Amino acid sequence: MRNLIFFLYKYYTFLLFFSLELFSFVILYQYNNYQRASFLNYTGAVASGFYQTVNNTTNYFSLRNINDSLMAENARLRAQMLNAYYQSGFTQTSINDTVYKQQYDYIPANVVNNSITKRNNYITIDKGSLAGIKSDMGVIGSNGVVGIVTSVSDHYATIRSALNSNTKISCMLKKNNAFGSLEWNGDDPKFSSLKYVNKHVPLTLNDEVVTSNYSTLFPEGISVGKVYSHSLDAGDNFHLIKVELFTDFATLKSVYVIRNILKDEQKQLEGALKSDN
Amino acid sequence: MIIDLFTYLFRFILIVLFQLLVINNIELSTYINPYIYIVFILTLPVDMKPWLVVLISFFTGMVMDTFSSTPGLHMASCVFMGYVRIFYLRFATSKEDFSGSIKPTVSRKGVVWFLVYATMLTFLHHLVLFYLEIYGFNEFFRTLTRIIFSTVFSVLLITVGQLLFYRVAKVNRNE
Repeated sequence: MRNLIFFLYKYYTFLLFFSLELFSFVILYQYNNYQRASFLNYTGAVASGFYQTVNNTTNYFSLRNINDSLMAENARLRAQMLNAYYQSGFTQTSINDTVYKQQYDYIPANVVNNSITKRNNYITIDKGSLAGIKSDMGVIGSNGVVGIVTSVSDHYATIRSALNSNTKISCMLKKNNAFGSLEWNGDDPKFSSLKYVNKHVPLTLNDEVVTSNYSTLFPEGISVGKVYSHSLDAGDNFHLIKVELFTDFATLKSVYVIRNILKDEQKQLEGALKSDN
Repeated sequence: MIIDLFTYLFRFILIVLFQLLVINNIELSTYINPYIYIVFILTLPVDMKPWLVVLISFFTGMVMDTFSSTPGLHMASCVFMGYVRIFYLRFATSKEDFSGSIKPTVSRKGVVWFLVYATMLTFLHHLVLFYLEIYGFNEFFRTLTRIIFSTVFSVLLITVGQLLFYRVAKVNRNE
């Protein structure tokens, strides 16, 4: 017993170091492997409040750019409205539509904090669980895919941006529906890479890359980027594709969080399948 | 003692704010991510109790983690650096330095001594931080390049900051 106390006394600094280091690694491990992100749920509110204050001040400097991008988006959406189309003779009748059921809901939010040069980048937005946001929801900007929600507090949410080593987004080529996975290699925030596209798939430059229907996070066909360059190493089964992202993460200000109304149903069904096997 | 505590707290808040609001927004390249907040741990007094240094490092890391959505990342690297710092100082400083409460800064120990000290510890901090961030060694050399570039910039910024404060201190003494 005396020896034990002596040991503890002699090495208390090392023991303190060891236990604190162990504690950090446990949190890190949990976060990386199980996506629990519980630490962020506790601390997120404090940090986000701080960034909100900073953002309120700095936002004035970029109002012009925000307005421009919103106007461009408005124009595009107006072009899709019914009254922008020429009616070719048929009179429209209102019917209770049972064929098309709404599946996706969009929640608008503003970016409060953002980074682009780190290996793992995160975005904080100013809407949280009170606005209906939950973790694992897809997020898009006015040009394309932005990321996936990781943790949510009452008024804020943290998004794992597409510029993050842990973010993998299921994508496909628009012209032939060939599947691939969008992963960022950490080099340039303007480009990402599309992996696991089979070598027999024909590719040309500027092919559009969109989200696939395999993902429950994003609706099918949300634009991601276009093929910037591609190559195929001898003996490799997959193309090396560099994708130019449509979303400009450096100037990102307003985003939409996607709520998939039928997601639980799909997940439940797939979960039932898994437990069968 | 109380005044000391407030001075440290004030310094800490200032350094962390500078890191979060200025340094984090300088987006030069994905290879240059300087972290200058560790200067707070670097310049703690030489004779401070080892357990206190480790504990302070832990809380510094925790604050940074809170504001950068990275649980455990800064904590692990700061605690590691704080612990190694104890041994570095034991070898690199003489007995007299331990008698008074001397801070290992440019003004006390000279630019060369401080450069070596800061480079060693910053490199170790960045080494742990960047490899833990990518969580594996699958991008070994790319991450190493990132660590080296970031270390150079961190040390540069830290030393320049030290020189600036050194000047201010000297002018005050003359008056």
